[in-house]
Amino acid sequence: MKTINTCAEFLAYALAIEEEATERYTVFAEQMETTNNPEVAALFREMARLESEHAHRLEVAAEGESLPAIDPWELDFGDEDPPEAVDYSATHYLMTPYQALTLVLKAEQRAVDFFQRVAEGNGNDDMKQLAAEYAAEEREHVEKVAKWRNRYPPPDDNWDDDPDPPNELE
Amino acid sequence: MEEHKDRASSSISIALIGSGGAGVMTAGSMLLEAAGRAGLFGIMTRSAGPQIRGGEAAAMLRLATFPVESHDNEFDILLAIDWLNADRFRAEIPLGTQSLIIGETDAEPPQAFTDSGARTLELPLKQIARETDGGRENMVVLGVVCSLIGLPLEPLHQVLESLLKRKGQAAIDSSVACVDSGAAHTGKHQGSYQLSLSSEKQCDLWNISGNEAAGLGAIRGGVRFVAAYPITPATELLEWMAPALEQVGGILVQAEDELASVNQLIGASFGGTPSLTATSGPGLALMTESIGLAVASETPIVVVDVMRGGPSTGIPTKSEQSDLNIAIYGLHGDAPHLVLAPMSVADCLFTTQWAIHLAEKLQTAAIVLSDQNLGQTRAIIERPADVAFVSGRSIQETPMEGYQRYAVGGNGVSPMALPGTAGCQYTADGLEHAPSGIPSSRAEDHRQQLDKRRDKLVNHDYGDHWALIEGEGEFAVITWGSSLAPVREARAMLLSDGIDIRIIAPRLLLPVQPERMQQALAGVTGALVVEQSHGAQFFHYLQAFYPQKFEFMSMAQPGPLPIRPEQVVADIKTRGKY
Amino acid sequence: MDQTSTSTAALKPKDYKSDTKPVWCPGCGDFSVLSAFTKAMAAMQLDPERVVVISGIGCSSRIPAYLNVYGFHAVHGRALPVGIGLKITRPDLTVMVAGGDGDGFSIGGNHFMQACRRNVDMTYVVMDNQVYGMTKGQASPTTEPDWERGKLTPHGTRINPFYPLVIALASGANFIARASSNDPNGAARVITEAVQHPGFSFVQILSPCITFRPEQRDWKKIVHPAPVVATADPAVAARRLMTDDNFFIGTLFKGERVPFTPEFEPRAESAHELETAFRMSA
Repeated sequence: MKTINTCAEFLAYALAIEEEATERYTVFAEQMETTNNPEVAALFREMARLESEHAHRLEVAAEGESLPAIDPWELDFGDEDPPEAVDYSATHYLMTPYQALTLVLKAEQRAVDFFQRVAEGNGNDDMKQLAAEYAAEEREHVEKVAKWRNRYPPPDDNWDDDPDPPNELE
Repeated sequence: MEEHKDRASSSISIALIGSGGAGVMTAGSMLLEAAGRAGLFGIMTRSAGPQIRGGEAAAMLRLATFPVESHDNEFDILLAIDWLNADRFRAEIPLGTQSLIIGETDAEPPQAFTDSGARTLELPLKQIARETDGGRENMVVLGVVCSLIGLPLEPLHQVLESLLKRKGQAAIDSSVACVDSGAAHTGKHQGSYQLSLSSEKQCDLWNISGNEAAGLGAIRGGVRFVAAYPITPATELLEWMAPALEQVGGILVQAEDELASVNQLIGASFGGTPSLTATSGPGLALMTESIGLAVASETPIVVVDVMRGGPSTGIPTKSEQSDLNIAIYGLHGDAPHLVLAPMSVADCLFTTQWAIHLAEKLQTAAIVLSDQNLGQTRAIIERPADVAFVSGRSIQETPMEGYQRYAVGGNGVSPMALPGTAGCQYTADGLEHAPSGIPSSRAEDHRQQLDKRRDKLVNHDYGDHWALIEGEGEFAVITWGSSLAPVREARAMLLSDGIDIRIIAPRLLLPVQPERMQQALAGVTGALVVEQSHGAQFFHYLQAFYPQKFEFMSMAQPGPLPIRPEQVVADIKTRGKY
Repeated sequence: MDQTSTSTAALKPKDYKSDTKPVWCPGCGDFSVLSAFTKAMAAMQLDPERVVVISGIGCSSRIPAYLNVYGFHAVHGRALPVGIGLKITRPDLTVMVAGGDGDGFSIGGNHFMQACRRNVDMTYVVMDNQVYGMTKGQASPTTEPDWERGKLTPHGTRINPFYPLVIALASGANFIARASSNDPNGAARVITEAVQHPGFSFVQILSPCITFRPEQRDWKKIVHPAPVVATADPAVAARRLMTDDNFFIGTLFKGERVPFTPEFEPRAESAHELETAFRMSA
């Protein structure tokens, strides 16, 4: 993983992470709305809202700062998937809230890990303190989501059974 | 022989035959051009064997003091440089007892021609040519014909000068010598088929083919993009357009097939460039799916189908009006579109230009049904009048809140935003769509868009251009396209017997114009439908879309032979109408 | 990394998305490709109204309507000619063509080859899932010969799969790359490079069909970055393709073939001048 040195660099990374998370949760919410899974849709909507709030708070925090413009592929997370972003291939139209929140949980945990790694890395002290704050905040999220997930039962074995075949369109 | 024509005629028909290498096509073209320079009208058509080189060929001309659009009932002069396989042209070159067959000395003309009772004349063509250094028989033949029909040699000399310039002065001199020598060898036959040459010269004559005229009409109508795939007999239209488009800032692209060419048009037109292609039956068949896309996505395109004998590969070099059905009914789904048909060489210009205008104005696909007869006939015509039809597409030029590409209402034509216009981004779609363009399979969206695409065509006022209507009689002949010319000559023949018929020839075949047709048929008690198709396609079309209290009669003849005026006259008479 | 400040006027990926929700199955790789398109457009800061995305028929061909740019959803297999007609007459636009493996390599196979040959400055993105999804799971040109779950080929296709990168190279494409939907950022980078490279750019994106080819979820573990950078030498590219296992990710070829850019300069004052060729000088 590439070293993040300055606060501006860190904020650019953090903003990219939150925006990516917002985009994906929005896409997933739309997927579930389209495939008539309203409970999971609402859950992803809520996640999208939370992430966009984060992104907004970051934008406010970065106001006046000159953030580096980083093309998405220049973001370097080591060998890991982008933190806080659930993989596009992970959703399913019959998925249950428990499964959705499990995905969220893993993504949030990756965010904790990422911020923690940056906080323990080689950058300047102001930046490392900022990263530690973000790690702490994400840790709270993890706990919150874990509790949230506990409200739902795990899926049964045949959760993805669909007696009907897929539709033909064109 | 001398007594054959004691007075000058207004029209003379000449056929030149020879094997590959004899140069009869070149001679025919020169004769036509010389006649035009002398102020005459004329047409020239071609026929050839299946060989790519070396085959038997015939140049068939009709020169006249009035504008001519089709061949006469018979040919006056048949002149052969050789008779090898010439009998294949027997049906295309009908002769009568007043006709003259000219051939090489000691070369017996085929019985297929002499059976007509025509007179024969032998001339030592080869020997005359040999007397001149580098002399050619086809030039001798030109001199012979000029002498027989009384065409002055001066215009022909001019033609030789301009056409042979790049071959050098020696070639010009030898050709001129051969022409003069040929003219001097007709003896007592000189002027025996005298054309009455007017002292008044036509001031503005053109030498043009139907394919070229269609190309010029396309450019005048605003076409600046053509995607092309070669196919007989449409290729010349495309070949003419390639350099012509460059001159006006347009471009022609040779595509990999007709599927590509029609879709390239759709792409170019989506970007705002009026676009056209030309093809023939097999190509049109390949294009039909995407013509439907142009209709559904409301992207204007024009496809000129220069019809040839079908089905399948059929008779590629010969004319037939048998793509009417595919043009009218060939698109899948309910796909209202435009079908237009030029009815003369000159009209190829007007109708193609009009088709561009209509397609652009109504944002739909137009099929122009020309045919081999119109497309490949070279004619001396009066300069066609300028018409004001240009593209005139309705464009959304400024950003618009909530822009809907396929908005309904009004006359059904919704302004089209072109890429580059901010705030109007939309996706054109062949899937049924809502007014926004978003795909929709809802019944109300389908109905609304079907209505829109139909109404914009039906509600347009096409004016008097929809058809050509001539004559006053109670008996009508309804025809279309290249069949109009022999029908008009038939009317002239009947008129000399004091009989008038009414001719109705729709230029606009789709959308149909029931009110206008009803008006055109007012007072008519019977009608003959004349067309060049085996399946009587036009007859069935008329019965379906223009049903009348009286019954239509059908005169349907397949290609490759053209319909002759006397056939039409005979058909009308045998049916006991007169 | 540019040290430019983030301007509020700068367009973000979401600004290139339309309000229309995709009909794709949740889990489909095409969602990632859609994201890659928007990221690439944002990276290049393209004016949305100067971009046109053209497609044929199939799941992935639905993509134009999901973007806030101009689009054309054409018929099956013919998107490339539509794009070529547009780009030739409107060189000012950024023209991208998108679709699937059936659309591009089967029904549209000849157009694919000819588009590579013609080398018009445009980008063709094929989302390859080795199956026809919209007609419920038939084998496509890139399907393995022994895949027996296609209902039209119950014993497998038993025919050789189509190899798009080889065909593209042999036919004259000027930029050839493979990306994976598992890495939308990487795909965005390749699309950006493809758009910016002159001539015809071809990008194959491995994009799993989780409904008819659920085993393709494993592609995530199989794909691996190509160990070398792009070459401009077709011979080098051809040699590399001989050892390609279909899962190398990266840009194979960035050529120097001259794009097809016809001139568009009027040479006569008006269409009337064309008449002179027909006029008889009596």
